[in-house]
Amino acid sequence: MKKILNVTINGTPYEIAIKPKTTLVEVLRNELNLTGTKRSCNAGGCSSCSVLVDGKVVNSCSVLALQVDGKEVTTIEGIADGAKLHPLQQAFLEHGAYQCGYCTPGMIIAGKALLDENPNPTKQEVKEAIAGNLCRCTGYVRIVDAILATAKKLQEEAK
Amino acid sequence: MRDFEYIAPKTVKETLDVLDEYQEDCKIIAGGQSLLNILKQGLMAPEYIIDIKNLEELNYIKFDEKDGLKIGATTTHRSVEFSDTIKEHYNVLSEMERHLATVQIRNWGTIGGNLCIADPTGDVAPPLLAMDATVIIANKDGEREVTVLDFGVDYYETVVGPNELLTEIRVPVIPSNTGIAYLKYRIVEGDAPIVGAAVAFTLNEKGACKKARIGMGGVAPIPIRAEKAEKMFEGEKITDTLIKEAAKVASEETTPIPDIVASAEYKKRVIGVYVKRAAKLALTRAEKAAN
Repeated sequence: MKKILNVTINGTPYEIAIKPKTTLVEVLRNELNLTGTKRSCNAGGCSSCSVLVDGKVVNSCSVLALQVDGKEVTTIEGIADGAKLHPLQQAFLEHGAYQCGYCTPGMIIAGKALLDENPNPTKQEVKEAIAGNLCRCTGYVRIVDAILATAKKLQEEAK
Repeated sequence: MRDFEYIAPKTVKETLDVLDEYQEDCKIIAGGQSLLNILKQGLMAPEYIIDIKNLEELNYIKFDEKDGLKIGATTTHRSVEFSDTIKEHYNVLSEMERHLATVQIRNWGTIGGNLCIADPTGDVAPPLLAMDATVIIANKDGEREVTVLDFGVDYYETVVGPNELLTEIRVPVIPSNTGIAYLKYRIVEGDAPIVGAAVAFTLNEKGACKKARIGMGGVAPIPIRAEKAEKMFEGEKITDTLIKEAAKVASEETTPIPDIVASAEYKKRVIGVYVKRAAKLALTRAEKAAN
């Protein structure tokens, strides 16, 4: 039997009827066509499907959708300011921090969660923050550079 | 994943009533970081899922100088990691949480869920064993306190009955002159440990060992203590030679399960190394606490 899920996604409230076994990534991709969030291992092992729930980064493949009832979800589609990219998205472009692109939405969300909690992280803290996010092209150096550069830029802008 | 009926009780009392009604037909989900994988693989197909993730009643970290630490079962790993109370009085738990799985998993997974899923490689149990922790298990008629040592029954199996719920983890006050350390071996950050060792030493006024505890993960069907090795320390001055000998005995107390990552022989050997390293770190910390 379907249950009603009330959730705010990228600022928009939704009321969706879903089967209880539906995971959050399935709601995002299959029900709402928010396909920016990638489903990859579907077992909590790669963090491609990272989204923010009430500001905290989680694997959306490993969250039962009904558990986010009443909460706020932010996906990769929700972080740009209209046509203006989020500073992390811009930095990923500038640093060539993409290869195949499949891990990128998860990396950017994990990077955002880090910078929201810790605006001035060390390189080690950046590495720990994305330790769960696998890039099978193994292009971690530029990803770490992009996150560190964003932190620096946001710090300077805040001055 | 098979379909199931979903019930999200609003209180602990309601949860216990529902559990009593459905018993073997239901499973409890908290963060679900392990359970969802088990359901996706079809290893389990319960008719009812009882969701306690949002039970705020069990989301707390409390401390007092008499009873020690109390952690509610649905407290997330990340809350434990960042708790100032835990950093101040039980820092080994904060250190353990910082390297448990990944940030994503720590943000949603719960400390009670980690114990209940009873994966023998779980990070939570070894440091709790080293601190003589207990858990509270409730049913609709009351509750009981069980030591973490007696909590595991077998691989992925605990003493929690079908109508019961783990509600709280309790850690006694840490005696003065105590040092505790937890170290684990794994291939890359974020992986489950292959083996893990937690050692706690309490020193007496002469600097010799008053009490020793060694908790080990990944080396038996359940988390275990190296009780023979612990006894070797008690009353003795802790030296590198003694640590080396005791680590060997600890390794002999294990019965590891081989898996795709490591053979039983390998785990047996590596746990000796990790007991030794954790013991050295625990000793350094105990000496620092004593001075």
